[in-house]
Amino acid sequence: MTEQDNKHKIEVDKLSGVETTGHEWDGLKELNHPLPRWWLWILYVSIIWSIGYWIVYPSWPIPGGATKGTSGETQFTALKRSQNEIFLRQQVYLNKFEGASFEAIMNDPELYAFAMAGGRAMFKDNCATCHGTGASGGKGYPNLNDDDWLWGGSLEEIHATLLHGIRSGDEDAHVSQMPAFGKEKLLTSIEVNTLTDYVLAMSSRDQEKPAMDTLAGHKLFQTNCASCHASNGQGDREFGAPNLTDGIWLYGGERGDVYETIYNSRAGVMPAWKDRLDENTLRQLAVYVHQLGGGEETREKPILIAVPQENDEKDTTPVDGEEERKPQGTDNE
Amino acid sequence: MSDDSEDIQLFKKQENIYPKRVSGLFRNLKWIVMGVTLAIYYLTPFVRWDRGEHVPNQAVLLDIVNGRAYWFWFELWPQEVYILTGILVLAAIALFFVTSLFGRVWCGYLCFQTVWTDLFVWVERIIQGDRNKRKKLREGPWTWKKIYKLAITHFLWIVISWFTAGSFVLYFTDAPTLVRSFIDLNVSTTVLGFIGGLTFSTYLMAGFAREQVCTFMCPYARFQSAMFDKDTLIIGYDVKRGEPRGKHKKGESWDDKGHCISCTACAQVCPMGIDIRDGLQMDCIACGLCIDACDDIMDKVDLPRGLIRYDTENGFEHGANAESKTNVIFRPRTAYYLAILSVVCIIVFYALFARSMLEMTVLHDRNPIFVQLSGGDIRNGYEVKILNKTHDHREYTLGVDGVDGAEISVNTAGNINENTLVVHANSVGQYRIFVHAPIKPSQPHDIIFTITDNEDGTAYEYKSVFISKRP
Repeated sequence: MTEQDNKHKIEVDKLSGVETTGHEWDGLKELNHPLPRWWLWILYVSIIWSIGYWIVYPSWPIPGGATKGTSGETQFTALKRSQNEIFLRQQVYLNKFEGASFEAIMNDPELYAFAMAGGRAMFKDNCATCHGTGASGGKGYPNLNDDDWLWGGSLEEIHATLLHGIRSGDEDAHVSQMPAFGKEKLLTSIEVNTLTDYVLAMSSRDQEKPAMDTLAGHKLFQTNCASCHASNGQGDREFGAPNLTDGIWLYGGERGDVYETIYNSRAGVMPAWKDRLDENTLRQLAVYVHQLGGGEETREKPILIAVPQENDEKDTTPVDGEEERKPQGTDNE
Repeated sequence: MSDDSEDIQLFKKQENIYPKRVSGLFRNLKWIVMGVTLAIYYLTPFVRWDRGEHVPNQAVLLDIVNGRAYWFWFELWPQEVYILTGILVLAAIALFFVTSLFGRVWCGYLCFQTVWTDLFVWVERIIQGDRNKRKKLREGPWTWKKIYKLAITHFLWIVISWFTAGSFVLYFTDAPTLVRSFIDLNVSTTVLGFIGGLTFSTYLMAGFAREQVCTFMCPYARFQSAMFDKDTLIIGYDVKRGEPRGKHKKGESWDDKGHCISCTACAQVCPMGIDIRDGLQMDCIACGLCIDACDDIMDKVDLPRGLIRYDTENGFEHGANAESKTNVIFRPRTAYYLAILSVVCIIVFYALFARSMLEMTVLHDRNPIFVQLSGGDIRNGYEVKILNKTHDHREYTLGVDGVDGAEISVNTAGNINENTLVVHANSVGQYRIFVHAPIKPSQPHDIIFTITDNEDGTAYEYKSVFISKRP
């Protein structure tokens, strides 16, 4: 027997009855526990399987892409196929939805659910960036959950806002402009301060606050602000002029915020979505936003909130800009 | 160090068992039990049970898709799964109780592994003949006869397995519809997948694994010995009477000889392949076939029956006298089990009968947590889920309490308000509602929602929270 043969002679460990690997380290020998056969066989079969896979599917990177595979099947084609299935199912509802009026949608639980589901998803994709996932907005971005609307909260009005946006450059966009009273030197900063106090008092819920017309800013407000915000401060949707008497502030209700608003003015922008999203999506979004909680009933024509009420008759004295505040006909639609 | 250690075997090799045909009291009992249990298993899905037009009319149905379990008068919703847990606990304790009294009766007669193995052995015997023929055929060389006999056997096994699997699936869907879909060759792949898997497992378990399931896989087999004591009925060999065993010629005297004639009939009929004369062992499923086999032999040699019999360990120790059996039934162990059994029984049945037909959950909006309205009111949004467990459409009224001046509005399509919340029969209605209240920002208030059935006045309350200020 040669030395070589001797080395490969199988040696069995007496204590455990298991072969050793034949290696020895300072008298220590290792028992030979090879991989289980079944495991190895699965490995071999997998290797053979993978060769088939290389042929059928795209696999190896080559210059200019990857091997194509004989089946022409990729994850993209699989995705396309399953998408098409989904679109086909969606189409059934879309066909019904397309021709339905808002009124019909609001009375048909199935269409309503379809609109809400689509609206919810599209809101998160497109609107949540500014308005937040819960639609509660932030400073400069309106909270869509509340019942305070600058440009109207009926389904049609929300839809119109979505279509054309606000100061978006679209020719039908909602546009309003408040002068920067301080910056443009229309008022002194002392006057802006006085106005700030007056505006804050308007929305105060304090039971013991003095009558508004006794306050120092009354005259200033009537002269400079009432033309848009109305003499009682309740705003005017025709101009997108916010209601100043409620507790809701788009740019913050702290004294500093209000001062800055009067001094520098504000002008938020919302894009026109009519070129970015299709009509069905926009209608779904309108339903969704309307149902966030503040949605208003559809009206024949917009109500001018600033129309004097019987109990503020003393406020009917004409003020500057009163004429422009008259309804501009009924060309709203 | 010793050379014996090289023979260490970690796995026991399965030995083929060819149980011999036997007849007698216990064999007959087993046939009857097999017939009854199989009939129950295969026919139950077809039993109809009228529950009204909106609810399935299958007496026993586990409707996974819609999350309902129906069992004759009873019905469970997913959130009542604790009742199911209770029933399982009940079944376990009942098993303990029965086991402590009568030993492994479940294993010997009722367990599906036993019943199906018995059925498969019966098929095997019809095709291949009794013990010796089977043994010879299986261990002999491959001949055409062996091939066709084995082929027929396995084919029949697979057919039985397929029907077993098919019946199992019927418990999860409307049985006649599914059977119809088989006739129309229009079966869903899901159903076929389940049937395929179960056919395979039945074929494997009853055709091949057999006694190995009881010995090595079944946990109950292992822990049932914990319920045994000296007063538990077991199947045993009367050592005092039987030993010393040995061959016996006709007419020979029985003096100095035990009654066991070493015929090994008891071992030949054993489906577990054990010898009962080795004493009580874990493998024994207490099927009683060795009793039949031995009684048959005892009749032939004109000795009294009962060398192998149902008795307690005490009984075997004191001989076959009746005295030791008087207090078998009532002993501390059985009393404990009975007490626990009664308590669990009461709880489960109370839970079953007291289950409310109306439930509601109210989920407060997380974003936004509250909304300030222009008029100064605070509004909170909630997702209300109303569970109508009755079998007809109902209308409900939702009310709130706990917040001054709170008012509800329902945000949905159509003409539905908080007094006309419609929920279809046997289903969950989901509504999005708003609660607004003229309150000043303050710490969260508890708010109680109450839902009332407009028809029968059943009410259910749910406590939620009304938030009016950022935390």
